Amino acid sequence: MGDGRELAAEKHVRYIVTVEKKKDSFESLVMEHIRLNGAYWGLTTLDLLHKLDAVEPDEVIQWIMSCYHPESGGFGGNVGHDAHVLYTLSAVQVLCLFDRLDALDVDKVADYIAGLQNDDGSFSGDIWGEVDTRFSYIAICTLSLLHRLHKINVQKAVDYIVSCKNLDGGFGAMPGGESHAGQIFCCVGALAITGSLHHVDRDLLGWWLCERQCKEGGLNGRPEKLADVCYSWWVLSSLIMIDRVHWIDKDKLAKFILNCQDKENGGISDRPDNAVDIYHTYFGVAGLSLMEYPGVKPMDPAYALPLDVVNRIFLRKEH
Amino acid sequence: MHGRPRRPDKPEDAAAAEAKAAKLRDLQTQVLRNHHSRTYTKEALGLSFKLLEINPEAYTAWNYRKLAFQHNLGELSEPEAVKSAIDDELRVVEIALRQNPKSYGAWYHRKWLLNRKLAPVDFKREFGLLDKLLKVDARNFHGWNYRRFLARFMGVPEEEELKYTMDKISDNFSNYSAWHNRSILLSNLLGKQSKGFESKQKIFSEEFELVTQALFTDPSDQSGWFYHLWLLAQTSSPENPQLIASWPSDGAKLSLYLVWETDDEKNAPSSLSSICCYSLKEGIFPIVLYFNEPVKGLSSSSACLNSDLVVGKNIQWRPLSVTDSGHSNCWVTYLEVSNLEYSSLRQFLVEVSITNSDEIVSRSGSNYNCPMHFSFTFELSNADSTAQGSDPIHDLISWDCSESLPSHVNPSCIRFEQLKITSALVHEESNWHLERLSDEIELFRELPDDNSKFAKLTLARLLLACAAIKSRGTSLVERRGYCEEALGLFNDLIHLDPSHKRYYEDERSLVLMDQLTCDTEAFRKYCSVKVLPNLAPLNRVQLCKLSLTRIGFAERLLWVQMLDLGHNNLRSIEGLEALQQLVCLNLSNNQISSFIALEPLTKIISLKVLDLSSNEIGTHPIDTTRYIFPSPFSHKVEACEAFEECRKKNINVEEFWDAILFFKHANLVQLCLKGNAVANKENFRTLVVALNPSLKWLDGACIH
Repeated sequence: MGDGRELAAEKHVRYIVTVEKKKDSFESLVMEHIRLNGAYWGLTTLDLLHKLDAVEPDEVIQWIMSCYHPESGGFGGNVGHDAHVLYTLSAVQVLCLFDRLDALDVDKVADYIAGLQNDDGSFSGDIWGEVDTRFSYIAICTLSLLHRLHKINVQKAVDYIVSCKNLDGGFGAMPGGESHAGQIFCCVGALAITGSLHHVDRDLLGWWLCERQCKEGGLNGRPEKLADVCYSWWVLSSLIMIDRVHWIDKDKLAKFILNCQDKENGGISDRPDNAVDIYHTYFGVAGLSLMEYPGVKPMDPAYALPLDVVNRIFLRKEH
Repeated sequence: MHGRPRRPDKPEDAAAAEAKAAKLRDLQTQVLRNHHSRTYTKEALGLSFKLLEINPEAYTAWNYRKLAFQHNLGELSEPEAVKSAIDDELRVVEIALRQNPKSYGAWYHRKWLLNRKLAPVDFKREFGLLDKLLKVDARNFHGWNYRRFLARFMGVPEEEELKYTMDKISDNFSNYSAWHNRSILLSNLLGKQSKGFESKQKIFSEEFELVTQALFTDPSDQSGWFYHLWLLAQTSSPENPQLIASWPSDGAKLSLYLVWETDDEKNAPSSLSSICCYSLKEGIFPIVLYFNEPVKGLSSSSACLNSDLVVGKNIQWRPLSVTDSGHSNCWVTYLEVSNLEYSSLRQFLVEVSITNSDEIVSRSGSNYNCPMHFSFTFELSNADSTAQGSDPIHDLISWDCSESLPSHVNPSCIRFEQLKITSALVHEESNWHLERLSDEIELFRELPDDNSKFAKLTLARLLLACAAIKSRGTSLVERRGYCEEALGLFNDLIHLDPSHKRYYEDERSLVLMDQLTCDTEAFRKYCSVKVLPNLAPLNRVQLCKLSLTRIGFAERLLWVQMLDLGHNNLRSIEGLEALQQLVCLNLSNNQISSFIALEPLTKIISLKVLDLSSNEIGTHPIDTTRYIFPSPFSHKVEACEAFEECRKKNINVEEFWDAILFFKHANLVQLCLKGNAVANKENFRTLVVALNPSLKWLDGACIH
């Protein structure tokens, strides 16, 4: 990869730190309701680049906890926004990065998530009842990180995910829903965390996933769609979990991601020469991490956290 | 931000952007304030509408509108007023979708309203909205999800929806969403045996024609690829699970060579023997059943053992799988022979009967329906009295790849009854399938574009499906020609589509193993017996330097005791767990990248010698087998005692957890690990010795 297309790590770090401070731009305001997701994307990227010390942990944790709803046990996407599992997972992941799960009332948060499981094993995203396999992943991932998976009916949760499996080996948002790389990550991730990957036809799904690689090297999320940096994460992590990641051309994908960098001001975009954002910056760096790019920390494909963080959580003595 | 060009801010833009931002900031603040103060006035609702118009993703604003709707509903009594309140909400959704047709919050708001069933739903309006949206983007999966929701909501027959998918496909073949929905609807209709859908044969014939037509229009368009593969899988795999191999095989006469502990040796009679059974040291003797697909439900009643050995004992069949799914291709039971009087040189007859049982079922829920009976006999022999020590693998075993098959061993003396493959005892009504597949093969052979990767891949798959059907219930040799043609196609594909090279290599590896083992006469070239001092000869297979990347057709190797797989490109050894006779295994010079990838070997009690030299263990920070095999991260391995013991010995558990888990279950006498990155780590050698009390040889050196 020594053809001038190197990772501009320092620029990306600076971009993340400044974007965090630019709260008043229109782009930041449109994303205001998912600022907690943004915190997870930005901080995880910093950690992958060995620069988590660019932020003040206490400040971050204080802000994270200001999004907490003590009466329900869930987190909102920002201060004053309603609680939802989407942001609860991000909060838990960020606390894991800083090894600060002690800041939580773990059982209260776990009960919030567990309380959203429906009779058929599926999960609602919040009290309003939208059901989606994304929420199954979030629930299972969050509870696993908190060592509270026993609070839900895991068998039913797995059965529901399996009921969303399609002819192509992939998974959709609900039974009958079309396969989509993001949704596949969620379902494969949930099955991985619950030790249930035997429900996946690895060769069939692996072929579908490896055919996401387009001519220019990037990955798309569904057949006959354009490549996008974010699928570097969704597709790669799924391929790793089912041990089929060698079926794509990693060098070509790495080049595609590196071509999407803004080498002047930092950040990574969805496609070459498009506007950068924190979401694609994270997915680009995470994709490189999954391909063992030099200088980037390796990542766990199921929990979407750096490997050392996950190993610490599951192999550390007290658990 | 998707699809927005990167460009520097111009000053005049900056001012406009500032104004826009100020408006949005204002709206967001006010809506949240109203939400927290539970202000549900018309004016307040209007602000939330304005916010959602600009930013349909502002989920708390949708929640606020739901609360307001519920609150205001209480004050409405006239059905007209209720209807008008609903209409207001539907309109907000429509305007939000105009801004972002993929807004989760907007779509859910609509479903939530309909699900409340407060007023009759105007389905014309709903389907009209969908038509408009799917015309703009025929692949909008939110739209398709909503269509399925509506169809169920109003009870639209699935036949109708199937027609809709046909319309969409006729508009444009390149509509994966429509093909997908078609597969869902067809599966349901066939499953329910709805009128007109009783014959799978008729339906699939028509579907083959339809999708082939689409594929020929543009073979590089992926839309029909997966549909075609699905049809092929439906056509070529048998409906019910089948037993395809066993060890011992039917009619086998075995002479078991016992490996006794030193104490017993003096009393041992001397006798020649043909099978050296290492698990006898553990006092058990394995019986293996191998099915064509994973099944569950083998028990002492569904797979009955009849023998003097098991009278009054409860036989337990165990799935030989590396997951705990309960389903497995391969099942084993261990006969206890430790209490046998070996001095009585009598024969033992073992009969296995698998009944036509509802208990044995595949993943898809179809049951085993082919009653099966086989038997074999064995007699116990004993170790050569010159053997010293408690373990006969006393000397270092060397693997010499260049050592061609030993000429001093006459191949005719190899007991090849083990090679007999009890394959496929079922004669299925497969004429239709064969005809269908032959037609398809002809079509794809004629495809004008000689360099279409999809055409080549499909042709290879069709040939292999044909091979499977043809050889079912008859001789496996029939597969040979098909395998050879498929191998040629995969070789072409590797050059034609280098980005997916390793996919084709993995597929080729399976076909290669098929080809090597399907023809007994040709397979003999790779088989021999290895004579070791103090031991009965071991049945050996050498499959070296063949570019194998993974294992296939393990059911044809159940009798192998010494397997040399050196100098291949193996990344995975899944499948080897079925080889319950295996004593020595050479995996040197391959691409095994972690100890977790070796998990299948922990199921082989008899394995004593393992050569892993020159692999990639420890090279890659990301272990791709971490989730397919049990690990602490998938909650299938409890933070176990082994970790605790290692901590006491100051072993770094976070670094070596996978080695600890592997060696905990292995019982090796000889191990070679040199040429792996992990072997260079500090203290690793000490760790291996500490974890393997039975180990005598490490990296070619005696450790005691």
